[in-house]
Amino acid sequence: MDLSVSDLAVARGGVPVLEGLGFAVSGGEALILRGPNGIGKTTLLRTLAGLQPPLAGTMSLPAEAIAYAAHADGLKATLTVAENLGFWAAVYGTGAIAPAMARMNLAQLATRPAMSLSAGQKRRLGLARLLVTGRPVWVLDEPTVSLDTASVALFGEAVRGHLAAGGMAVIATHIDLGLPEARVLDLAAFKARPPGEGGISGEFDRSFDGAFA
Amino acid sequence: MIALVARDLRLAIRAGGGFGLGLAFFLIVTVLVPFGVGPESATLAKIAPGILWVGALLACLLSLDRILALDYEDGSLDLLATAPIPLEGVVTMKAAAHWLTTGLPLTLAAPVFGVLLNLPEPGFGWVTLSLAIGTPALSVIGTFGAALTVGLKRGGLLLSLLVLPLYVPTLIFGAEVSRRGAMGMDTATPLLLLAGITAAAVALLPFASAAAIRVNLR
Repeated sequence: MDLSVSDLAVARGGVPVLEGLGFAVSGGEALILRGPNGIGKTTLLRTLAGLQPPLAGTMSLPAEAIAYAAHADGLKATLTVAENLGFWAAVYGTGAIAPAMARMNLAQLATRPAMSLSAGQKRRLGLARLLVTGRPVWVLDEPTVSLDTASVALFGEAVRGHLAAGGMAVIATHIDLGLPEARVLDLAAFKARPPGEGGISGEFDRSFDGAFA
Repeated sequence: MIALVARDLRLAIRAGGGFGLGLAFFLIVTVLVPFGVGPESATLAKIAPGILWVGALLACLLSLDRILALDYEDGSLDLLATAPIPLEGVVTMKAAAHWLTTGLPLTLAAPVFGVLLNLPEPGFGWVTLSLAIGTPALSVIGTFGAALTVGLKRGGLLLSLLVLPLYVPTLIFGAEVSRRGAMGMDTATPLLLLAGITAAAVALLPFASAAAIRVNLR
């Protein structure tokens, strides 16, 4: 199983941001997406996760194969760490949360309400959710924001463990993740051109078709 | 999917979850109305079924913007949309949790609050029955409104205005069942229409709600 994307174009608010994008990730590989702010990293990841349709192009894997982690961790402040994680384990039907808690070093925090966690601990809980999804492709948006060096290393370990089990990861980040083996793709090369210069046109562009004829 | 209902119930009863807000509002309405219209028991008995229904409906309206907005703000809605549960199931469970925390307590409290309004004796059962049948529709329609306004900042006003006309049929038939029941008249026609509205709302609106969320999450 591998994730391959060809000739993909994605739009944000009806305006194309990336076009002609193609890459392939096979089992056991990680791909790191880089590019300046606003290039469309988050939009691309949301498209991969199935939260919005692509403007053009194809993806080889359905959204059901993908575990998505966004900027927000989706934690409920009044639930404990174990309850938060247990909920996602039940949603994904995978059951046991103890291994994931141990992997992300959360075992001592199990009974603490999520509101009393530090930013880094919340992030670790958010990433522990990936471990309980049991899905082969991790699509991560800036996963190491607010993590300290030790936690970044912990995160690197979790990703390596996932890759070693045949999983895949697509990660957008500006920071070094401690994953030197991962391939890096710079999205700046795929920036969408204006329709006048032969770029793909989005909903926003098309809404003016004929308006000035 | 049961996990989703369990989580929402747990969130509702924890601190700041908003459980009891609707109930307190319902109590305030039923306590204040006799002060406003005067203490003649004949007048109160006449308007009691309608006041109970309007009070329950407004109390329900109060908590609608919490159904999806909180999940949207903390990112769980994105994660739920990518989870193996279909979004239609998510909104149905959300509506079920809303009914359990709002509609059901209101239904159970209505006969108690009916005493404050001098509700005629035959009306107690009918008010409870009509609320039990009608409030699920309020939750499902409210979830649809919440889904339409989910990405908007301060969408509460728009949500109330969108949902209000959709609540009118339920209110008309629900209050009619209660009024006829309280006066000892036949209630079959409005009761069947009320049940029909609820059945249609529960069957159809989750699809509309899920579609609205998909558009709003783009």
